Amino acid sequence: MSVIIAKGIKKVYNPKTIPVHALNGVDFSIEKGEFTAIVGPSGSGKTTLLNIIGGLDNPSEGYIEVGGQDISKLSDNELIEFRKNNIGFVFQAYNLIPVMTAKENVEFVMLLQKRSQEERDARVDELMEAVGISDKKDKRPSQLSGGQQQRVAVARALAPKPHFILADEPTANLDSKSTSNLLDIMANLNKKENMTFVFSTHDQRVIDRARRVITIDDGRVVSDEVR
Amino acid sequence: MSTLFKLAWRNIWRNKRRTLITIASILFAVFFAVFMQSIQRGAWGKIMDNVVNFYFGYAQIHTKGYWEEQSINKSFELTDEINQLADNSPDIQALVPRLESYALAAFESNTTGVLVIGTMPQREAGMTKLNERVVEGTYFQEGESAVMVAAGVAENLEIKVGDTLVVVSQGYHGVNAAGKYPVKGIVKFGSPELNKQMIYLPLKTAQEFYGAPALHTSLALQISDKGKLPEILSYLKTNLDTSAYEVMSWEELMPEMVQAREVDTAGNKIILFILYVIITFGIFGTILMMTKEREYEFGVLLSIGMKRGAMGLMIWLEIVMLGSLGALAGMIFAFPLVYYFYTHPVDFGKISEDMKAAYEKFGFEPIFPAALEYSIFGWQAILILVITSILAIYPMLKIRKLKPVEAMRA
Ligand SMILES: Nc1ncnc2c1ncn2[C@@H]1O[C@H](COP(=O)(O)OP(=O)(O)O)[C@@H](O)[C@H]1O
Ligand SMILES: [Mg+2]
Repeated sequence: MSVIIAKGIKKVYNPKTIPVHALNGVDFSIEKGEFTAIVGPSGSGKTTLLNIIGGLDNPSEGYIEVGGQDISKLSDNELIEFRKNNIGFVFQAYNLIPVMTAKENVEFVMLLQKRSQEERDARVDELMEAVGISDKKDKRPSQLSGGQQQRVAVARALAPKPHFILADEPTANLDSKSTSNLLDIMANLNKKENMTFVFSTHDQRVIDRARRVITIDDGRVVSDEVR
Repeated sequence: MSTLFKLAWRNIWRNKRRTLITIASILFAVFFAVFMQSIQRGAWGKIMDNVVNFYFGYAQIHTKGYWEEQSINKSFELTDEINQLADNSPDIQALVPRLESYALAAFESNTTGVLVIGTMPQREAGMTKLNERVVEGTYFQEGESAVMVAAGVAENLEIKVGDTLVVVSQGYHGVNAAGKYPVKGIVKFGSPELNKQMIYLPLKTAQEFYGAPALHTSLALQISDKGKLPEILSYLKTNLDTSAYEVMSWEELMPEMVQAREVDTAGNKIILFILYVIITFGIFGTILMMTKEREYEFGVLLSIGMKRGAMGLMIWLEIVMLGSLGALAGMIFAFPLVYYFYTHPVDFGKISEDMKAAYEKFGFEPIFPAALEYSIFGWQAILILVITSILAIYPMLKIRKLKPVEAMRA
């Protein structure tokens, strides 16, 4: 079952001034539970594509369906609601809210969703354990290493059990040990929680770990292979 | 909600130094404003009290229209009803009935115009302490045929205690008024105006002189607490027949005094206004930096599903808390100082001989306590609250228009 369907997605930034054609007609579909890497050099349109899938941005042209919903038709507030209930984001860096502890960061979205205290506590414990930072629960992001911060970010993204995890170059700022560690964690959680993972990267070590690799260049899909 | 509070509180302390500087600037403004206003209000309160106690009283009752056109023909009887009203109010300590009109006074070949005040010696002493102003002779008694003369009048007429003063005037409804009264005492006023024209007769004697038995031109009120004045005024206004009588507060009796105070306080208000404008820009600078720095974070919050409204509320709380902390600190610093000057009034006489002389002319010592009024404190708090609430609109608008993708591209 395809849970993400993209048809003829185009994105033009600043159409009225200096138009930048970030996406030039992208087609693909992603099945439930897939672990997909979007690969391409810097400037190829990876971030733009993930933002459109995640409802952070609208395509200029084309059709985008996520979880059975045509999200190009949603209003700003509906998009916030859609994101809160469906998408977990992991960004390149500075993901975490600096004034919250690791635990509070993970808990935050569940708090916004008004989940009960017990449910939140249980989920936080479970995820902190899974990403291996149970002992750093009460640390602020500034007291954590880059790798630890990204693991907290992954835990936060997964906390409300979204259907999709979108990660934009999550390992870009990590050393190789932290990178492989984070990928292990993501791959495990992908299996265990049966969520659909889409992440972008241009790091060969990360590409090697993906089960499906969609390569884009200059805003177009140039190859799409499942291993 | 409590989460927002917690977040806002922690956010305030992210940049400790900037927060402390902002708080310190608000602290300074509030401290300065409270202190300045307390001193000023205290000084004016004291001046007003002095003037009020010195002759007018905090309020007066007249025949309607008397104050506009002061004529002895607009005199009235002190009815049981009025006495009853005064007795029934615990805040009215005494009524000082007076009959006041102008006359010509003569001694030997000298004459001068005078203001004749017929009053009850005991009650006058109770309210204005006229008895303490006697510099020669003795204080007069009710029912006596005797006159107290102000020092300036005595000097003009070259009259002494024991001499007989001749007074001529037009009495009630035009009757001829003439009398001869031995001078019992001389009273000295600080104000040259009063010194040159006041003479006092016992009330009954004055009523006979003017051919106005049992009539009065004014009733001055001696009250227990000036804070009760508004209640007393409304009590009198509702219970007296206002088509026959007018009830006037000291502010209405002496509009020039009130105006002088307004002019003086307006100057200070301008200083405070400028101070607050500067502070407002300071706070706004902090808000601008804070908003700019946190754009990325706002983008993240929006991406993970925090509502714009909740974010706006969080920012609003941050800014208002920041302002409240500053205001609170300012008040905490100002309170002991204001309290000190409230209990230990400043004696300007000790600071400057000129000042001492200037005030003594008006019959009082230049000793000014600070006013300890909670409303002065309260207004600063409200002002800061309003300023910060309005400034907080800026980041709230920013958040309303924020696009997560753009915020996070920085
Ligand atoms: N908000 C924007 N305004 C203008 N141009 C943009 C914007 N976002 C991205 N771009 C441009 O679009 C192209 C694709 O960018 P992006 O999606 O960030 O690529 P990638 O993530 O693969 O590096 C780039 O040329 C980039 O400069
Ligand atoms: Mg990118």
